[in-house]
Amino acid sequence: MEAFQNLGFWGTLLVTIVLSALPLVFVLLYALVTIYLEMKVAAHVQDRVAYMRTGWHGVLQPIADFIKLIQKEDIISVAANKKLFILAPYIVFMGTYGAYAAIPFSSIFIGANIDLGAFFIIGISSLVVVGILMAGWASNNKWSIFGAVRSAAQMISYEIPTALAVLIAVMITGSLNLQEVTKFQAGGIQNWLIFGGPLPLLQKILITPFTLITFLILFVASLAEVNRTPFDLPEAESELVQGFFTEYSGMRWALFYVAEYANMFLVAGVAVALFLGGWESPFGSFLSGPIWGLFWFIIKGMVLVFLQIWLRWTLPRLRVDQLMYTSWKVLTPFLFVCIIAIGLILVL
Amino acid sequence: MSETKTLPTEYVSHPGEIKSSLGHTVRTDEMIINMGPQHPSTHGVLRLEIVVDGEIIVDVIPHIGYLHRCFEKHAEHMTNYQQVIPYCDRLDYCAAINEEHSYVLAVERMLKIEVPERVEYIRVIMAELQRIASHLIAVGTFGIDAGAFTPFLYAFHDRELILSLFEMTCGARLLYNYFWIGGLSHDLPPQFVDKAKEFCTYFKPRIKEFNDLLTYNEIFVKRTANVGVLPQDVAINFACSGPMLRGSGVNWDLRRDDPYSVYHKIEWEPKIGKGEMGTVGDVWDRHIVRMREMEESVKIIEQALAALPAGNVQAAIPKRIRPDAGEIYARTETPRGELGFYIISDGSGTPYRVKGRAPAFVNLSVLPEISRGGMIADLVLIAGSVDIVLGQVDR
Repeated sequence: MEAFQNLGFWGTLLVTIVLSALPLVFVLLYALVTIYLEMKVAAHVQDRVAYMRTGWHGVLQPIADFIKLIQKEDIISVAANKKLFILAPYIVFMGTYGAYAAIPFSSIFIGANIDLGAFFIIGISSLVVVGILMAGWASNNKWSIFGAVRSAAQMISYEIPTALAVLIAVMITGSLNLQEVTKFQAGGIQNWLIFGGPLPLLQKILITPFTLITFLILFVASLAEVNRTPFDLPEAESELVQGFFTEYSGMRWALFYVAEYANMFLVAGVAVALFLGGWESPFGSFLSGPIWGLFWFIIKGMVLVFLQIWLRWTLPRLRVDQLMYTSWKVLTPFLFVCIIAIGLILVL
Repeated sequence: MSETKTLPTEYVSHPGEIKSSLGHTVRTDEMIINMGPQHPSTHGVLRLEIVVDGEIIVDVIPHIGYLHRCFEKHAEHMTNYQQVIPYCDRLDYCAAINEEHSYVLAVERMLKIEVPERVEYIRVIMAELQRIASHLIAVGTFGIDAGAFTPFLYAFHDRELILSLFEMTCGARLLYNYFWIGGLSHDLPPQFVDKAKEFCTYFKPRIKEFNDLLTYNEIFVKRTANVGVLPQDVAINFACSGPMLRGSGVNWDLRRDDPYSVYHKIEWEPKIGKGEMGTVGDVWDRHIVRMREMEESVKIIEQALAALPAGNVQAAIPKRIRPDAGEIYARTETPRGELGFYIISDGSGTPYRVKGRAPAFVNLSVLPEISRGGMIADLVLIAGSVDIVLGQVDR
């Protein structure tokens, strides 16, 4: 950012707007690609072919869907609280998109290189809960309320394991700045935090099982954070119709949808930056550099997104009490054990 | 009638008595929600009025009748007995052949007609194919209720193959009008036997695959074991039948206990729930009974195909069907349970009265009994495990 210091007020503003719009472009493009990917993966998991007619293998279908959604009538039910109803999707999207500011896409591109990056992401993505509660409440529909309350309970519960897993990464790297965390893992796949990071050999061997478990727990918790199967209770179709966005349609609904997909990549991005070496190349200095960095970051993120999709079309859904059980009685205690163990090993 | 279940203590709330951390009394209340008639997991137009305390179900009141089509009145106003058959198809549109079977059996018993052996074998083959198709819908949609979408499409893929067999035989894929009084509308096409054998060979490993994907999935077992437990005595008191009854461990199958057609010449056994994953009579038991019944059906089909005799497919029946005045009750084991037709004849060419004893209707009546104290997510699974078809419930 030092290069932009002498641009004056308007110049700075322009650069800021352009730079902050860059992730937006990414998010929108990514959402189109992932919606397509989701449908195709689902189809192939289910022995079907999905859409084949709009363009080559239906690649234009997400765009067609988007155009259709724009054209839809904007329906707000009479009994809804109009102001909150309109506001809710924006807050949800804001919470998700705000977190993109601290995601290190590449060695030279990060929206805001703040020292509390990981903390900032956890904090601001909690805003999503507010938006969801708002949507559920404003819809004035009992199913929506159910979805919203479930969602709030779920996201808050699963923030604990997520935060603890982040804490473990911070303990090892000694920084909350995601750029620093990424740079810490330079030097190839063996230096990723999931394999213990670049520590002395004895420590590394001792620490690896715990970091592996931590990564798995982070991944599971992130599934719950983004309401994906097996934790998709807030929008459990067979129980709550569509959960908190039952009453939404058209572009407002699409905004929820985009936020959900953006959230998927967000949690994948955090997991990648913390445990999978971020934008560092898996081959050390081979194929590394700012552009390759962007490539590696997105590829790693998309692999995790693909995993999320794969799980969604394979597993059934948990029940509310089992969901809470998983968070409080399984994931959190395991992480406490990991924290103590890793702490001891680091002191060695 | 067993005594009403009381809620497990951890679920009992005391409205108006919850104290907040600041010492205020927080008013809590029960809420009434309507699930349906337009809801993804009521399997049609069933409306469940649910009284909930948070997520816990206090009571469920099913409201039915959205699909009432006056079947019984229609049956009385046909010009003859044969014309009722297509209406029977439409009772349980997932298992049309089995409905026809009951009705045709009733009329044949009234007329005291012996149908040729070939007809009986073909009927058994068709009824069992239909049973597999119907159970596939049941377990597939049950997967959706549990939140797994993929098994549904696996099930429908296989069901499609069965429907193709039916289409090859009588031209229809859903509502067949294939069993006629004293025989069948068509003989089997020449390639049918081979195709059906091919299907059996193909289908056996598919059941295993389906079990691996859904039935023994850890999450699925956690969701279904010990949920919606239907004890034996309650099941019998509510006159449940079919997989509902067998899931509770009652060894009762009309194909064996009130034999009709040629089931007594075939080797097979009814499957019952044993509480392998939880309690006897839980939702998982009902699911596994359906899965195992499909395996049994494949066995029956294979034996019937091997023993299929040659011959005519239409018995000699009077030109105008006029049973002697009297009454009859004939029942068969459909995928959902005991379907019986009670027919009164006044000696004329049309039935005086036709009463259908619909298993889905009877099974549904036990739903509130086994849902209380569970969660909304459980109710969805319980309703799915009852496997209702609203066409049959409302008639």
